[in-house]
Amino acid sequence: MHRFAKPSVFLKLTDPLLPWLSGATAILIAAGLYFALFASPGDYQQGDTVRIMYLHVPAAWMGLFCYVGMAVCGAMSLIWKHPLADICARATAPIGATFTALCLITGSLWGEPMWGTWWVWDARLTSMLILLFLYLGYIALVNAFDDPERGSKAGSALALVGAVNVPIVKFSVDWWNTLHQPASIVRMDGPTVDPSMQLPLALMILGFTCYYFVMLILRVRLELNERRIRALQLSGMFDERSPGQNTDTPSYDAGHNAEASQ
Amino acid sequence: MNGFLAILQRDLRLALRQGADSVMVVAFFIVTTTLFPFGVGPEANILARIASGVIWVSALLAAMLSLERVFQTDYEDGTLELLTLSPVSLELLVLGKVCAHWLTTGLPLIIAAPLMAVMLNMDQDGFVTLMLAMLLGTPALSLIGAIGAALILGARRGGVLVSLLVLPLYIPVLIFGAGAVEAALLGISATAQLQIMAAILLIALAATPFATAHAVRQAME
Amino acid sequence: MSEFFSMGGYGGYIWGSYAITAIAMIALLVATLRSLRNSRIERDQLEAVLQSRRSRRNKKAPKAP
Repeated sequence: MHRFAKPSVFLKLTDPLLPWLSGATAILIAAGLYFALFASPGDYQQGDTVRIMYLHVPAAWMGLFCYVGMAVCGAMSLIWKHPLADICARATAPIGATFTALCLITGSLWGEPMWGTWWVWDARLTSMLILLFLYLGYIALVNAFDDPERGSKAGSALALVGAVNVPIVKFSVDWWNTLHQPASIVRMDGPTVDPSMQLPLALMILGFTCYYFVMLILRVRLELNERRIRALQLSGMFDERSPGQNTDTPSYDAGHNAEASQ
Repeated sequence: MNGFLAILQRDLRLALRQGADSVMVVAFFIVTTTLFPFGVGPEANILARIASGVIWVSALLAAMLSLERVFQTDYEDGTLELLTLSPVSLELLVLGKVCAHWLTTGLPLIIAAPLMAVMLNMDQDGFVTLMLAMLLGTPALSLIGAIGAALILGARRGGVLVSLLVLPLYIPVLIFGAGAVEAALLGISATAQLQIMAAILLIALAATPFATAHAVRQAME
Repeated sequence: MSEFFSMGGYGGYIWGSYAITAIAMIALLVATLRSLRNSRIERDQLEAVLQSRRSRRNKKAPKAP
């Protein structure tokens, strides 16, 4: 298992995957856009605004998907102490936060013409907002340490705690919302999904998921590079301090090796 | 169990000797609550309507304000390192520290809450429920907050960070705490809300010491 | 054509949300690619510096990185 953490192995595994995934992302999103904007009818009630759904629902899906991904990574990091799990969770967070924010923004742009308001304290919207806060907390925590590895580990713990909390938060927000439901000016259940809408929706969801994996691969590479740079800088300092000492080039999956190279 | 009591005693003694901590938390709570009438106007009806929410939000902020100290000073002077090395289980020691935190911040807040409720013109029917809800809610706040306090050990700008981490996790306590008082004010039984709060407290009591101890160990590595 | 862009009067909302989504996703991609390139350059420079320093000291032919 742990050998996957080696960047060389990671590169070998993902290098052939990357062009395929990028191609799939482009094709799926292009096809999704075609069906979403040209080749699908408007909703009989909501008119053309239903086309926002083809962004809104996939973005919401990605927001949740990324958080579950981070929690799974957190669990893997806790159980197997797998270094790549921390890195994956860390690389996922900005993508998930972006999609959650997009979900809220597109939802608000959909809500204004349909319900006459930019924001309602509806259970689903409020839960997504809290999810965004959890993402922001994670990102802030992970970046608050001088040692990125310590940050990633703390982040994994937080992702797990957050994941345990999400169902409780969801339940309480639902409960709160039914208690405070304002007079029903707002019909919250979206349009019933017509078969002609399912195709663009599915294409966009798949496209966004592929986009996520492309971004994940790129961001994990970025993290690995940065760890390598850090390890090189540390070993460079050792070289300067004791010129007689011969240190080996620290191995790729550094961090631990910062100490090991002494 | 001895370890638990020893750490509880030590933290309480430290808090009492410095003295200022509990007073500061209560003062913060009272000042924050006082700000709301300035913001929304002094009309008695409006204040009575928002009183339960205002008290809960202020209590949340006050409890959070003191979180950073739970582990930070011990982390800096090395006590925490000794605690992780001790043969007593760290979970129990962490629980002792959380208990001390609750006794020095949560308990004074519960005593100060009815005072603010009177000032915000809350109906008297809600008082008992408010105190009961706070009795169940504030220990949960301390328990959940301790995870955040342990995670930020060694981080830059820890104080602001801990609020960003912990506040979203406080939302259930806030919802049910304010909901219980509101139900009591409407003359409905608040048993359901109080039971859910008790459940949250029990879950937090069972689960959070492990998460907190894990985070403390991580910080010590 | 203009009918298509007006989207039954909701053009601003619909095109607005598509534009924001596109901008956000492309910006994230571009930012990631740029920092990936920068990190790669910095890593290679550091590796070269350390390699040359080491080989000078060891009076050995530089090993391939």
